[in-house]
Amino acid sequence: MTIASTTQLICFVALSATLVLGALGVVLLPNIVYSAFLLGGVFLSVAGLYLLLNASFVAAAQVLVYVGAVNVLILFAIMLVNKKENLAAIPGLGVRRLLSGAVCGGLFVLLIRVAFTTPWALPGPEPVGEEATIRIGEHLFSDYLLPFELASVLLLMSMIGAIVLARRDVLSSDVITGEAADQGLIEKERTPLLLEKSPR
Amino acid sequence: MEITLPSTIPLQAYLALAAVLFCTGVWGLINSRNAVRVLMSIELMLNAVNINLMAFSSYLDGQLIRGQVFAIFVITVAAAEAAVGLAILLSLYRNRETVDMERFNLLRW
Repeated sequence: MTIASTTQLICFVALSATLVLGALGVVLLPNIVYSAFLLGGVFLSVAGLYLLLNASFVAAAQVLVYVGAVNVLILFAIMLVNKKENLAAIPGLGVRRLLSGAVCGGLFVLLIRVAFTTPWALPGPEPVGEEATIRIGEHLFSDYLLPFELASVLLLMSMIGAIVLARRDVLSSDVITGEAADQGLIEKERTPLLLEKSPR
Repeated sequence: MEITLPSTIPLQAYLALAAVLFCTGVWGLINSRNAVRVLMSIELMLNAVNINLMAFSSYLDGQLIRGQVFAIFVITVAAAEAAVGLAILLSLYRNRETVDMERFNLLRW
């Protein structure tokens, strides 16, 4: 066992421990702000795993898109909707948790069994290593050109859709009939998103 | 009994890690009361799938690395999904003034 492979193994164990603990924290912690920050840690350790797999471009994309955009978006959403509310108790919550835990455990056993019994064609071809970025560029502009262009259309559509869904403006008159709009709607449109009456 | 450590990380280690992450995500998706946490669980599951794609691309498809291209597309779609999902969440919160998943039951039988 060489020093490089030992280092690789140590890095893998540390990253996977961070990943699993962070994921459990995201799901189980009662405070959602801690969950959001742990989610950032999970994304970062996934990027570390990509670096272990010789994929520097995807690791950079992971950090930029997930940590830089998605996680920040989630934090903003938490800031906008973070109202303390006492959740009404549901009957049979414990049973539901146990049942779903059993289902997830069964799924896990199934996945592990498939992963360890399938005869993978190992060892595969020699990895390209640092040329991966060049290969990805060639793929994106040759055989994956159509999905690449469609992705840009998808991003534009989702951007416009998000703006339309999240904006809050009410026309002062009905578009079809021309009558004055409901005064309550206009009042509601002027109230700030965080209501004054909300208990903290 | 002596435990011999493998000289390189086996492919199965990555698959097992992704399985743990995916099952955690599924459990969180079913059991979360907070709508933001549901979105976070979906992100966990997407990341588990990405780990699988990257592991396969590195171990079984080292020359063509099609898995990495797919991982990039998954990241793109996940970003779009997060943006639209959080916008829907905001407008839901504005209408119902709650993020409790149990109270979003307008279309439930």
